[in-house]
Amino acid sequence: MKFSLTWLKDYLETTATVAEICDALNAIGLEVEGVEDPAEKLAGFRIAHVLTAARHPDADKLQVLTVDTGEGDPLQVVCGAPNARAGMKGVLGLPGAVVPANGMVLRKSAIRGVESNGMMCSVRELELGEDHDGIIELPDDAPVGTSFADYHGADPVIEVAVTPNRPDCMGVYGIARDLAAKGLGTLKPIAMPAFAASGACPVEIRTDDSEGCPAFYGRVVKGVTNGPSPEWLQARLKSAGQRPISLLVDLTNYLMLGYGRPAHAYDLATLSGAVVARRAKDGENVLALNEKTYTLEAEMTVIADDVQVHDIAGIMGGEHSGVSESTADVLLEIAYFDPARIGATGRKLGLSSDARTRFERGVDPEFLDAGLDLLTGLIVEMAGGTPSEVVRAGSPPSTAKVIAFDPGLTTRLGGVDVPEAEQKRILESLGFAVSGDWQVTCPLRRNDIEGPADLVEEVVRIHGLDKVASVALPRMEGVARPTATPQQKLERGLRRAAAASGLNEAVTWSFLPTWAAEHFASDQPLWVLANPISEDMKAMRPSLLPGLLMAAKRNADRGAASSRLFEIGRRYFRSGNGLSDEKPTLGIVLAGEKTPRGWQSGKAKPFDAFDAKALALQLLEAAGAPVGNLMVMGEAGAQFHPGQSATLRLGPKTVLARFGMVHPATLKAFDVDGPIAAVELFLDAIPAKKGAAFARPGFTPPALQAVTRDFAFLVPATLAAGDLVRAVQGADKTAINGVRVFDVFAGQGVPEGHKSIAVEVTLQPGETSFKDADLKAITEKVVAAAAKLGAELRG
Amino acid sequence: MTDIPSQTEAALAAIVASATLDALEAQRLETLGKKGWVSLALKTLGGMSPEERTAAAPAIQSARAAIAEALDAKKAALEAAELEAALARETIDLTLPAQAASKGSVHPVSQVMDELAEIFADLGFAVATGPEIEDDWHNFTALNMDETHPARAMHDTFYFPDKTVEGKDVLLRTHTSPVQIRSMLDQGAPIRIIAPGRVYRSDSDATHTPMFHQVEGLVIDKDIHLGHLKWTLETFFKAFFEREDITLRLRPSYFPFTEPSVEVDVGYSNEGGRRVVGGHGDAPGHAWMEIGGSGMVNARVLAFAGLDPAEWQGFAFGLGIDRIAMLKYGMNDLRAFFDGDPRWLAHYGFSPFDQPTLSAGVGARA
Repeated sequence: MKFSLTWLKDYLETTATVAEICDALNAIGLEVEGVEDPAEKLAGFRIAHVLTAARHPDADKLQVLTVDTGEGDPLQVVCGAPNARAGMKGVLGLPGAVVPANGMVLRKSAIRGVESNGMMCSVRELELGEDHDGIIELPDDAPVGTSFADYHGADPVIEVAVTPNRPDCMGVYGIARDLAAKGLGTLKPIAMPAFAASGACPVEIRTDDSEGCPAFYGRVVKGVTNGPSPEWLQARLKSAGQRPISLLVDLTNYLMLGYGRPAHAYDLATLSGAVVARRAKDGENVLALNEKTYTLEAEMTVIADDVQVHDIAGIMGGEHSGVSESTADVLLEIAYFDPARIGATGRKLGLSSDARTRFERGVDPEFLDAGLDLLTGLIVEMAGGTPSEVVRAGSPPSTAKVIAFDPGLTTRLGGVDVPEAEQKRILESLGFAVSGDWQVTCPLRRNDIEGPADLVEEVVRIHGLDKVASVALPRMEGVARPTATPQQKLERGLRRAAAASGLNEAVTWSFLPTWAAEHFASDQPLWVLANPISEDMKAMRPSLLPGLLMAAKRNADRGAASSRLFEIGRRYFRSGNGLSDEKPTLGIVLAGEKTPRGWQSGKAKPFDAFDAKALALQLLEAAGAPVGNLMVMGEAGAQFHPGQSATLRLGPKTVLARFGMVHPATLKAFDVDGPIAAVELFLDAIPAKKGAAFARPGFTPPALQAVTRDFAFLVPATLAAGDLVRAVQGADKTAINGVRVFDVFAGQGVPEGHKSIAVEVTLQPGETSFKDADLKAITEKVVAAAAKLGAELRG
Repeated sequence: MTDIPSQTEAALAAIVASATLDALEAQRLETLGKKGWVSLALKTLGGMSPEERTAAAPAIQSARAAIAEALDAKKAALEAAELEAALARETIDLTLPAQAASKGSVHPVSQVMDELAEIFADLGFAVATGPEIEDDWHNFTALNMDETHPARAMHDTFYFPDKTVEGKDVLLRTHTSPVQIRSMLDQGAPIRIIAPGRVYRSDSDATHTPMFHQVEGLVIDKDIHLGHLKWTLETFFKAFFEREDITLRLRPSYFPFTEPSVEVDVGYSNEGGRRVVGGHGDAPGHAWMEIGGSGMVNARVLAFAGLDPAEWQGFAFGLGIDRIAMLKYGMNDLRAFFDGDPRWLAHYGFSPFDQPTLSAGVGARA
C-alpha cells in the first residue's frame, strides 16, 4: 500500500511528522517499506524564467537560452525542447542536481561548443509523468527562483506492507484508524457528499450464487460526463502508484485505495437484461480489462447479463462493458464475495488484481451501502448525472463475533501489564465494542479476530511491544542436561572426523537434474518436483555422490588440482504411506591429485580405491560401527568400477558403506575427468550402541610379550586376501590375536594362475610362554586352515 | 738400556701427530702392544733384583701411564672429528617443503547448527528433526493455513505430483515449522525444542536460493508469554554473537501459526562495509535489521498438535541459519554456500577442532 501524507491527512487530523508517523506505523505492525520524499528528489531544481531563446549556432534542434534563476546574473542554458521559448517559465536543474528519472548528475558543460549551466526539465525527467515532448511549462505567476519542490507541493509518499490478516488496512482510511488508536491524531468521519436519489434502479440485479456472492448492490447513474479527473484525485491515485484513467474509473479506484472497498462501474449501454451474479459455465470465456481472455470453470463466480459474462467476480471486470470517455449511463456494483472462492478463482486463473487482494482477504461487510453512497455522491459531484435508488440482492454477513475476554490474558500471554481502562480504550478506538463484563464485539471488517489471543495482540501492538520486558525462561536446577540424540551425536562426530581426515565439508542441493538422479537411482521411483525452478533442480537426490561429483567437476573446470569433499545429508526415498523415507548419509568424493608431484614423491598420484577404503573404515570406526566384524563384499552399484569397488557389510544383508573408484561411464555422464574415488556411508544402517556405560570392560595389558611368525602361502590368483586372513585368524582363536598381510606377489617364481601372499601372525601367550611344541601345533593349524582355501605353504 | 724418557717423549709426539685412528693404533702397538717397547720394558723388571727394580720401575710405569692416557685422549678426539665429519656429510636442505597433510574443514552451516545446539541445550532445548518432503497438512493446515489461506501463496512452494495415501499433497517443506507439529504430537507438552534444517522455496535471485536453512524454536508450557520469547532470543543472540549489547526490537506482524505474531529486528551498525550486530538500532550510525519471525503459538495450532489450548501456551520462532552465519562470520554471497568450492570452504570453513563449547565460547574466531 502506497499513499501520500496528504491523503492520510484527509482522514487523520494530526500534527505528527512523517518520521513520527512512520515510527508509529512500524510499532503497530504496518511495516514501512519506504518513504519517498519528492522534496529530496527535487533538490536543486527551481523555477526559472526564460528571457531569450536563440538558435544554437551549430545545431538545428538546439536552442541557447538565457534563463533568470531569481538570483545573480541570468544563466546560459542549451535546450533541445521544441517548446522552449522566450517568456515561458519552466523548471531548471542546476549543476549538482540529480535527474530523478536517470540518476544523472548535472554539471556545467559545453554542448556543441556552447556553454550550458543547467538543464530545463521535462515531466518525465522529474518522474512527474510520462510526458517527454517538451519541457515543463509553468503558469506565468510561478515565482521565479522558488524551489520547484515547494512550488509543486512535494508530498511524501509512504509505502507500508499490509499483512494478509488486515484487509481493513487495505485502504488509507483503515490505516488512519489504526494510527488514531495509537494516539497519532483523530480519525475524521467519512465525508459523505450529499445527492438526491430518484426512481427505482432500472436494471434488475440478482444473485443466483448466494454462496459465492452473498450480496450484490447496484445503482444506476444516468447522464454522467466522463473525462479526466481533477488534480487532487489524480495526485492521490498517483501517490498510490495508480495511473489516472478517467473520472469514473478513478473514482472506483479511489474508493478501493482510500477505503479498501472495490467497486465496479459498467457502461449501462453495453448491458442487456438482468445483471446477475452466478456461477460460470464450464468453458465460458471472458475478455478481461487486461485484454486477456480467460476460460472459466463452474466453481467461479461471475457477473453476467443475458448475453455474456461481464466480470470475473471480485477479480477483474470485462473489456466489453467497461466505462469509456463516451459513457453516459453507468451501473455501479458493490458486492460481497466469498473470500475463499475469490482466492481459489484467482489462483486457478493466475490472475492478480487489487480487487482480488482485497476480496480474498475479506472486505468490510458493513461498508456496502455507505461505500455505494460515497461513490455515487462523488460521481454526481464531479461527473454530474441522476442517481437511482439502490437495488439490493442478498445480504452480506452480519453476525458480529462476540468474544468473552479476560483482560488479565494480556499479561499472561502478552507479558505486559496494560490497565483495563487502556485496554478498553484501545479496543474501542479500533471499532470493538466492549461491554461492562468484557464481552467484546468485533467489527465485521476484522475477520482476522478469532479469539482472546487476537484481542491480546490488538492491545499489545497498540500499547507498544517495546513495553514487553524480557523475562527469563524457568531453568532446570543445576547444569543443563545433555539433549542430543544418538543420531545427532553420530553425525556431529562423523562430521568432525571427516574434516580431521582432510576432507572439506560441502553442502550441495537436495535436488538434481533428473538424468543425474536417475544415474544413481535405486529401484524406487524418484521424487521429481512438479514445479521445479529449473531442470537442474528437479529430482530429489537418491545419493550424495552426484551432487559431490558435480561440485568436483566445477572445481576441476576452475583449475583446482583436487577436490576432497564430503557431505552429510539425506537421501530421499519412499515409504509405504506415500511419504518420504529420508536416510542420513555421508558421501565422499576424492578427485584429482592425492599428492601433487614433489621433490620427494616424484609424479603426482591420483586417489585409488584403498584411499576410499581407508576413509570408509576410519569413519565407520568413528561412528562406532564394529569394523572388526565387517565383510568386504561386492555390489557397490553400477556407478562404480566393477573390479575396484566394494561394500562393507555387517552380515550379508546390512550394507554400512560402499566405496571404490567411480565407473568410467559415470565419469563420462558427469563430464568429469577421472580417476575419482568415492565413498558413501549409510548412517541409518550403523547399529546403535546399546546401553553402553561409561566404565569400560576390565583390561590389563598381557605380562608376556607377543611373538610373531611369518607365513608365505601360494594361493590361486582369484583367492581374496581377506578370505585367507579370516581363515588364518580362525585357526586358533585363543593364541592368534592379529594377522597382517605384508606382501602380495605374482610373477617370476610363482606358478601361472597363482599368487603369493605373505602374512605376519601375532601370537599372544596367556599365563605361560609358548613352548616349541605349542608353536609347532599353532603353525600346523594355520597351515591346515589355509590349505582349506587351496593355499600351500611356500618352502 | 735405552733412554726411557726420551723414548716416551718421542712416542707421545707421534701419538699427537697421528691423523687417523689406524695411525694411532700403530702407535699403540709400538708402545703398549704385546711387542711394544713399553710392554717389553715392563717384562725386564721381572728379571731384576729388587734394588734394580725399585730403581727402574717408576720410570717405566710412568711412561706407560703417560702413553696410555695420550692414546685414549687422541682416540676420543679422532672419533669426535670423524662423527662431526659424518654429520656434516648428512646435512640436508630443510628449506625444502615437507609433505603437507591436507586440511579439512567443517561447513559454516554445520558449525552454526552446532553452535545453536550448544547454546540452546544450556537453555534446556533439545534438537528435533522432521522430514523435508512433507505433506500439506503438516506444512500448512496444522499451522493454521488451510487451502484457501492467502499466506499459502506467499510460500512459493515446491510440489510433487504425488499424494499421500490419505490423499494429501506432497511438497518440500517451506519452513521448519512442521517439526513443531510433529514434536508436539510425539512428545506432548511441556516441550522445548529447536529444529534446524533444510527448507525450500521456489525463489532464486542474488539473495535467495531455492534451498536454505532455518532453525525453529518452540517452547510450550503453562505460563510462557511474550516476555519469555524476547528474553530467549536476546539470550541466544548474546551468546551467539558473544556480545552483551545485543538489542532486539519486536514489531507486530502476522503469521498464521502465531497470535500475537512478532517480527524480530536486531540493532546493527556498518563497520568497514559490513553489518555488525550490536547496539540500539535507533542510535547514531545504527539501524534495525529483520532477523526472524516469532510469536505466541496460535491456539488452533496447539489444538491441531493435540494440546489443549486452555491448558498450554508458548512461543515459537524461526531464524535463517545461513543469514545469521553470514552476519557472524562475514560471508556475503549465499550462493557460494552450496557450491562446494574448496577455496571457499577452506576460507570460511572451520577446523574440526573448533567444536563449539560453552566454556570456550561457542564461536570460532578468525
